[in-house]
Order: sequence, then structure tokens, then C-alpha cells
Amino acid sequence: MIRRHFLTIAATAAIIHPAHASQAEIAALIRELAAGRPVAKGRITLEVPELVENGNAVSIVAHVDALPGEVRAIHVFANGNPLPHVLTARFGPRAGRPRIATRFRLATSQTVTAIAEMADATLHSDEVDVLVTLAACIE
Amino acid sequence: MVRALLNVPKRARVGEIIEIRLLISHPMESGQRRGPNGQPYPRDIIHSLRAEFDGELVVELDLYPAIAANPFFAFTMQAEHSGTLSLTWIDDHDTVQTEHAQIEVA
Repeated sequence: MIRRHFLTIAATAAIIHPAHASQAEIAALIRELAAGRPVAKGRITLEVPELVENGNAVSIVAHVDALPGEVRAIHVFANGNPLPHVLTARFGPRAGRPRIATRFRLATSQTVTAIAEMADATLHSDEVDVLVTLAACIE
Repeated sequence: MVRALLNVPKRARVGEIIEIRLLISHPMESGQRRGPNGQPYPRDIIHSLRAEFDGELVVELDLYPAIAANPFFAFTMQAEHSGTLSLTWIDDHDTVQTEHAQIEVA
């Protein structure tokens, strides 16, 4: 009886608070973004350290091998965080190089994905597998 | 008003690509962290940031709780004429804050 109770509570907790976004959730987000367009590897480079000691502030740089004006947006997703979105950067007419740098949180070891949306509507992606030894503040 | 450090070159040549760096003092509370009573701390993040040069868009960012506390951003713009760079951000309390920087282009 106690065990059954525990299982019910555990199952409910898992539904309400998933520990991290699933790969399926990421795939669905990317599908929504792509809207039927293929996503090719390359052209965009994602710079994230492969071994992270502290997940609370991890430096990230995403840049695209393209001229100013050729890139519409850069999107970054992290599949091991409670919420998969990290950021979206949309470039305007005054933008310089298609490059964005910031610091973000990693809840656990996971794969970080960056997608570049070009002005000609093609999509390009890059991925980095990151090993995190101290996770970001979930506790 | 929160403290923010905006680092932009004061002078640039025509056509030069200059780097803009911004550091904002903000807790960026993710809404995932739980307090001693088991309740999550309410989410309080800067969710959007827009950089404009004399009204023309440089870059616009949509931000999510994954962005670290005291967020740092670096990006570039192309300088064609002298003008004012303005960076505006909005947080979950609907607080709007703007920082300006004058850039001389010659």
C-alpha cells in the first residue's frame, strides 16, 4: 500500500515536473522551426566547452560562416535542461557579423544544438555534447 | 533600475564592424529553483532584449530561463554613420530599461 502510494506520487511528480526536456521535445521544436525545410549540418559553429565544471554559467558562442545580412536568426536549444529553449537572436539591417555570445545554465550533461536560419530560408545546425560536473541550480 | 555595463567603442571607421558587450546585474530567477517550503521561487528573467542604432534594428534576442544570472551578451554591428546605439530590455515584472551609447563614425 505504501509502495503503491509512493509510485503514484512519483509518477505524478514526473508528469508535473519533468527533470529535463526530452529528445522528442527538441525534435518537435526543430520541426516546428523548420516547417518542412531540411536542416543541414555545418556553416554554423557552436562553441561550448566540452567539459564544464560549473553549470551555472557556461560561455557559449554561436557564429555563422556568412556575410552580414545573410543570416536571419540563430536559435539555441539544450536537451537536458528543464526547458529546452536557450535563446533566439534575430539580426536586423544594422547587424555586423552573424555571431552571438552569452552565458547560460546547464542542468546536466547534455547536447546543445544551434540552428541558423538564413535569409534564403535554408537551415543549418551544429551540436556539442557537454559533460557537466556541477549542475545548475535546480536545488 | 538595475546596474548595467555597456561596452562599445566611442569611435569607429565607416563600414567597420564593432563589438557591443553588455553585462546586466539581474538574478534571472529561472522559476525552477525551490525554496525551503518546497515552492518554486517565481520566475523573474529578462525575456527580451533589443539593440537599435538610430532606430534601425541591430539584433533582437528572445531569452529563456536557461540564460545565466547577471547575463552577458556580445554581438556586433556595422557602423555606417554617427549615431546613438540603444539597448532596451524587458523583464518579467514588465520593467523596461534602456542604455544608450554615442558612436562617432568617421
